Amino acid sequence: MYPVIEAKNILTRFGDTVVHRHLNLHVNRGEIYGLLGPSGCGKTTLMKEMVLLQRYQGGSMNVLGYDLNKITHKKAQELRQKWGVLFQFGALYSSLNIYDNIALSLREYTTISEALIAEIVSYKMDIVGLEQCVKEQYPSQISGGMKKKAGLARALVMDPELLFLDEPTSGLDPISAREFDALILRLREHFDLSIVMVTHDLDSIEATLDRAAILDNKRVVAEGSLDAIKATDNLFITTFFKGR
Amino acid sequence: MISFSGRTLSLHAKVQGDTVAIVVSGEMTVKNIALIEPLLHQLLEHPLPSKIFEWHLHEAKAFDSAAALLLYSFDEKARLLGATCRFYTNDNQQKIIDAVYQRDYQSGGVTYRPLGLVASVGTIAIKKYQSVKDFVAFVGELFSALMIYLLHPKQIRFKEIYYAIEESSVNALGIIAITTFLIGVVLAYQSAVQLKMYGANIFIVDMLGISVLRELAPLIAAIVIAGRSGSAFAAQIGVMKITEELDAMKTMGFDPYLFLVLPRIIALMLMMPLIIFFADVMAMLGGMVVASVELGISAQLFLDRFNEAVAMKHFWIGVSKGPFFGFIIASIGIFRGLMVKNDTRSIGVNTTKSVVEAIFMVIICDAVFSIIYTNIGI
Repeated sequence: MYPVIEAKNILTRFGDTVVHRHLNLHVNRGEIYGLLGPSGCGKTTLMKEMVLLQRYQGGSMNVLGYDLNKITHKKAQELRQKWGVLFQFGALYSSLNIYDNIALSLREYTTISEALIAEIVSYKMDIVGLEQCVKEQYPSQISGGMKKKAGLARALVMDPELLFLDEPTSGLDPISAREFDALILRLREHFDLSIVMVTHDLDSIEATLDRAAILDNKRVVAEGSLDAIKATDNLFITTFFKGR
Repeated sequence: MISFSGRTLSLHAKVQGDTVAIVVSGEMTVKNIALIEPLLHQLLEHPLPSKIFEWHLHEAKAFDSAAALLLYSFDEKARLLGATCRFYTNDNQQKIIDAVYQRDYQSGGVTYRPLGLVASVGTIAIKKYQSVKDFVAFVGELFSALMIYLLHPKQIRFKEIYYAIEESSVNALGIIAITTFLIGVVLAYQSAVQLKMYGANIFIVDMLGISVLRELAPLIAAIVIAGRSGSAFAAQIGVMKITEELDAMKTMGFDPYLFLVLPRIIALMLMMPLIIFFADVMAMLGGMVVASVELGISAQLFLDRFNEAVAMKHFWIGVSKGPFFGFIIASIGIFRGLMVKNDTRSIGVNTTKSVVEAIFMVIICDAVFSIIYTNIGI
């Protein structure tokens, strides 16, 4: 098991505000890894840095063997096809219907026939638990939970090695949220995925995560299995996991 | 029989009696299965050479669900032709193939049927009709809100009006100045050449004065304001609608018509006459510069002639159009903003429409004024 993501000494600044300082973490292949921490601790910022949406000001980051400090445009494009990203509210393209949203990467990056594209899209929709009948609907016509599922199907369409999930269960009812947890576990089983997620949902944390990092005070205060994390002495950790 | 060798993926099919042995090696993934997809169609071409297809996948280093789906659809077609498929795989590949074979859904694409002529004409007509109805409803709401303002003057949002005046009018003065000054320059320059031929230099003042004050300055000012402030109203209110800010205001008891719509309309109706006056000044200034450079008419002479030749009524006619133009631009901009649906593309569509419709309506309004003023003889 070699790490799929390795962050060393990350420094992030917005103007004078330091968000991360001397931040270190690593994610192993095949594991479901959580980024946890209080609001405003920079979890989402860190995830954006991992997917090349935002620059960090110091340190080094390695994702799937690509060094993000000296990545070329061509290599970056290659890397972007190896991961899938699910945004908090799905971030579906509102001018495309669900089918075209999911099929977009296939049409852009491959020359697969439309018949096989239809097979792949239908399969991905089935895996994430999306009814086949929503294909022709537009994002504004479906519910928030369905948008997330469609966003997940779109993230999975190129069979990525690595999946990023930003608060996958937020805004879902408890039943759908637990279904989503089961779905995440099933996906890992099926696709040999490594998954990194930002989450606040305690049930989801207990049910899915193999390892996690707690971000607090601009750095990682604890990293490892949940049991190891709970044993760490930190105000946020004791409050967060209280009674668990 | 059929064979393909690529840099990352190769496929070799060999007929052995009743079976076709197909060996795949390399990376069989979504990124390159398009290379071998046509070959699979060839394998199934009539007359079917054999009854059994043996897929040897052990040498495929990478294998994903797209590849499994390709094999699944091949199998489906083969079965229809009375053939069978056998897969020789490793555990991981078998897991992916099994997952694909366990299906209880109907796959299929989305078909886009273009509308016929009659249907598309009908759709457009209904949409136009709907949008006229919406506009009538908007105007109705507007006047009921105006009644509230008139009956309860305390409800008038002076702060919002001042803010809208600054945003949509005062900040636009720079671009108005440049545009109308240049219009004055261009107009004077073009006519100077013609007037010089007849030695009618001094009449440039009459010509410029009447055309600018009566028609050009109000029209140019309205077009600039429609492009700059009308579109801003549409985009701003459209985004507020998407982010549910408008709904939030309604639930807190802030009527958007009182807080957002009327202040903007009032601001533009008040300011348009002043903007037109400013445009008059700048355009005449441009004309004056050209008149003195090209025709040798000094500023003093220009102003004297202006006093004599251009009656005050031309100025008042131009300025009197201001409130009407202001109302058209602001109300269309806001109406288009309120028509934004819950997706990002409709912001672009409605912003564009707000400018196009506002300019169109301003020109129609101007034509109507022209007819009225001519008929009453001024």
